[in-house]
Formats: sequence, C-alpha cells, structure tokens
Amino acid sequence: MGMTMTQKILAKKAGLSQVKADELVLVNLDLCMANDVTGPVAVNVFEKAGFSVKYPDKVCFVLDHFTPNKDIKSAQQCKQVREFAKKWNISKFFEGGCAGVEHAILPEKGIVKAGDAVIGADSHTCTYGALNAFSTGVGSTDMAVGMATGKAWMKVPRAHRFNLTGKFGKNTCGKDLILYIISKIGVDGALYGSMEFTGPGVGELTMDERFTIANMAIEAGAKNGIFPGDDKTEAYLKAAGCKDYSFVTPDDDAVYETTMDIDLSQVPQMVAFPHLPENGKTVQEAEAMHIKLDQVVIGSCTNGRYSDMEIAARVMDGKHVAPGVRCLIIPATPKIWTQCMENGLFKIFMDAGCIVSPPTCGPCLGGHMGILADGEKAISTTNRNFVGRMGHVESEVYLASPLVAATSALTGYITAPAE
Amino acid sequence: MQIKGSVFKYGDNVDTDVIIPARYLNVSDAKLLSEHCMEDIDQSFIKEVKDGDVMVGGFNFGCGSSREHAPIAIKASGISLVIAKSFARIFYRNSINIGLPILECPACVDEAEKGDVIEADLSAGVIRNVTKGKEYQTTPFPEFIQEIINAGGLTNYAARM
Repeated sequence: MGMTMTQKILAKKAGLSQVKADELVLVNLDLCMANDVTGPVAVNVFEKAGFSVKYPDKVCFVLDHFTPNKDIKSAQQCKQVREFAKKWNISKFFEGGCAGVEHAILPEKGIVKAGDAVIGADSHTCTYGALNAFSTGVGSTDMAVGMATGKAWMKVPRAHRFNLTGKFGKNTCGKDLILYIISKIGVDGALYGSMEFTGPGVGELTMDERFTIANMAIEAGAKNGIFPGDDKTEAYLKAAGCKDYSFVTPDDDAVYETTMDIDLSQVPQMVAFPHLPENGKTVQEAEAMHIKLDQVVIGSCTNGRYSDMEIAARVMDGKHVAPGVRCLIIPATPKIWTQCMENGLFKIFMDAGCIVSPPTCGPCLGGHMGILADGEKAISTTNRNFVGRMGHVESEVYLASPLVAATSALTGYITAPAE
Repeated sequence: MQIKGSVFKYGDNVDTDVIIPARYLNVSDAKLLSEHCMEDIDQSFIKEVKDGDVMVGGFNFGCGSSREHAPIAIKASGISLVIAKSFARIFYRNSINIGLPILECPACVDEAEKGDVIEADLSAGVIRNVTKGKEYQTTPFPEFIQEIINAGGLTNYAARM
C-alpha cells in the first residue's frame, strides 16, 4: 500500500519499511524544541524523573513568548530554561538579541531540514512542514521524554489531500488559502490527520506562504501539514546552510481519507471572525459590516516574515494609520528586523504612525506588547482568535493577511484592499 | 481505577486558552495554574469544583495551544476524569502523558447535565450516569496507550522506549 509524505518520514524514522494510518510507532527524532512557557514545565518533569539529555545537539530552546521578560515570573521561567540549557550543553539556545519567534528562526538558521522528524512543545511546530519535514506540536512531557530518549510515540495520521491548481488572484495569498480551507473543513476538520498539500499550484506559493499555511494546520486540528519539496524549497534550504537532506514524495497509490481540489484563482481574501479560525468571511463581507478597529498586529510565526513586512510597508508607504488605531509591527526574527531596517521599511512604518516591536510572540497569545481592553477589536496576522486570546475576555480578534491588516490600519475599519 | 463525582459541562471546541489563559502561564506550578482554570468561560468552576468531579465537553476538547498547563490545571483543580465527544490531539496526548484520565463518549456527553453524578470504571471503559440511570461502554484505548496509562504516565514509561 502506498504512503503519503508524512507516512514515509514516520516509517523511515521508526526504522520500518512501511507504516499505515492509525499504527502506533516510536519515532527517532531529529529535533525537540520548547520555549519559555513550555520549557519550564518540561524541565520540571525532566528533573523530577531524574533524566539525562541523550543528544544535546537535537534539543533546542527559544525564549520568545514572554520576552523581553514581561515580569518577574517570566524572568524566572527564562532563567530556569537558561540554566538547564547551560547544564546540559545545549547549544541551540536562543534568547535576547539572538532570539526570534521560534517557528521563524529555526528554518532561517537551517535547524530543520527536509525529511526531518521534529516535535516541539508549541502547537505551531507544524510550520516546518513547509520544508517537507514532519513536525508536530506536543506537550512538555513529550519534550522531556524526547530530550531523555531522542524518541516520541506517534499515531501514524490519516491523510487529507489538498490538491492545488492555478494561481492566486491579485491581493490573495497563502494566509487567505489556509483561512479559506479552515472555513470549509472546520477547526476539527483534519483532527489527528495530516494535511498534505500537492498539485501544480504548490509551485506558485512562495516559501513564506508555505510556512504560513503549514503553520495553521493545527487550527484545523491536524497533526501536521506538509508540502513536497521543489526548486524553491531547495533554494531556501541551501540559503539556510542545510546539507544532507532528501525530499519525500507521496506514492501514487497513497491513501487519502479526503481530497479537496482548490483552484487558487478562486480563493477569496479572507477574514476569520471571533472566536474561532473557522469563522471565515470574505474581506468584502467583513468590510460591509463596518467593523471599527482599535488595534492592528502584523507579525507572529504565521505572518512575521520579511515578505509580510514588505507587503505591509507597500500599503503604508506615504500614508498614516487611522486616528485611534494602534498598529504593531513585529518582525519575527533579528534577521528580518535588520532587513526591514536596512531596506527602509521602518521609516515607512514610523512615518505611518506604527509601533515597531522587537521580535516576540507578545500579543498573539495575550502575553504582552499589545493587550486588548474590554470591548476592543483587533485585526491580526496571527493564527488564533479564541475568547480572550489577545487580552480581555470581551475583546475580539479578526485574523487576516498582512495586506488586509495593513489596509485596515489606514482606514480604522476592516477594509478590502483596492483592486 | 474507580471514579465518582459531579459533572461540570461545557460545549464544543473548549480551547486551551480558556482552560488556562496565557496571561497566567508565567508560572508552572500546578496549584497556582488551577486557580485560574476555566475562568474565562466559567468563573464559578474553581469555586465549586470538588475532588473527584468530572468535566464534560463536546467535540475537539482542548484545541489550540500545546500548553500542558491545560490538563495540569484541570487535574490540579480536583477533576478526576474528562469525558468529551472528541479530543484535540495535543490535549489527548498530554492527558495520557501526565495521567489525567480521559474518555470519549458522545452519548454520555449529550445526556449529561451539570451536577449529574457520574461513576466510571476506567479499566473497563464503563461510564455510569447515576442521576440519569444510564450506562455507557466506551471504546478501549489501544494497547500501547493503555501501557502508558498503566505505567502512570510517559515519564515512567520512558525507560521502555
């Protein structure tokens, strides 16, 4: 029986010639990672169990969630992870000016490559599927055991295929595609499954778009999202300094539980309404509802990459954010930040009245650097709009692309970009 | 393991941000986390919950963040079992890994109401709604998962990996 991309990686990493959906396997990991929120719990579990780190070079910590430390308790959590990393000689440890949002900085630094099996104590670990890797979010105990054994247990996922054809229309991008898919299949539409993106339309997507799409696989309940490798993947991996990788391709007779054919030219520009990512409407429908905004966030592991910043800057060039709107620009890594600075993007943002933040997860999860008050509304390029996600339990988050978010920042209402 | 307690009932897609809001994740202590469990959708939960009580939810329970703080907070609040129509996958594995009992049982969820007394025999996978006089048989866990549960969680099982 044929295997999907995900199943091929899991089979190889489990030392098996064949796996099938629903089978439970023990996977040899290429990397396990955690952050300043999930890391301390993993360290507690690890130390209580009296474990030792088996492969220090396969462990990674990124202090990105409540950093720069937002309060004393957060500082203590970072300190705990820092001391742990030092004790066990973990060199893949990123903090301060070397840290960026984890799922942006790991690919950028070549820490994940095609064919890898990765677990991360962060649900958006599925981002690395853009690189033709298997990666999935787990909890802190899995992280602790992963550090101790180099392994994780996995149920081989059933597969959902998204067969992409055509090209995006003007103004439409990868974020619109994933919001569109989630609006069709729901927040548990791919529960426990893998989302396998295939077809000629894949080649039309930039790497940044593939990261955005794979990143939000979890918002459909999926275990992972994965793309095939192509010239663009190859160029990205080479630029990141990766060697010794190989692409997996799906077998012709791979089994898919569902197949959804999507013509990219038919994908609308999307906005996901509170309080679930599946509550998608077209930006035109949203505009007609005249939704007044208090805040705009452009950043995160979903859309904080350089191309996202460029799109926002193009919209804002020579213009100004609407009165009463706070517009936060959060480049996801120091490298992206430097590119924005050197290419004049910050001048555009500052002239437009934006706030430029250091790399951090910050407001995405209601941590800090842009928290919403009672009744406030934000449009955000992030990934979740749950109750209270960005602050007060009665605040609202609308998810959209950088283009829609930047356009809306200028008007103060959710606004469709000009055709 | 025998369980008996009163029901706290919630809907579909109970996410980990409402189980334990991120603003409280600057600590990792179980008892401190439990003080804020469910507060964004049910402020009375933490005041009313007693040791042994049972949480009941709809589809996709525990969706969202990978934060293990969510099952940790539920467990530390005194909840002895979570019954849902389905679980989000990271919450599912976190619960197995830390030893928070969970069972999938859509029929039980549909018929249970807040305050009902529920008994459960985890090894047999049987749930009884004492108040309603109903009994439900759930599908047993796969053998490998049952071994992790029997070991008392993943850290105890790790030596065999």
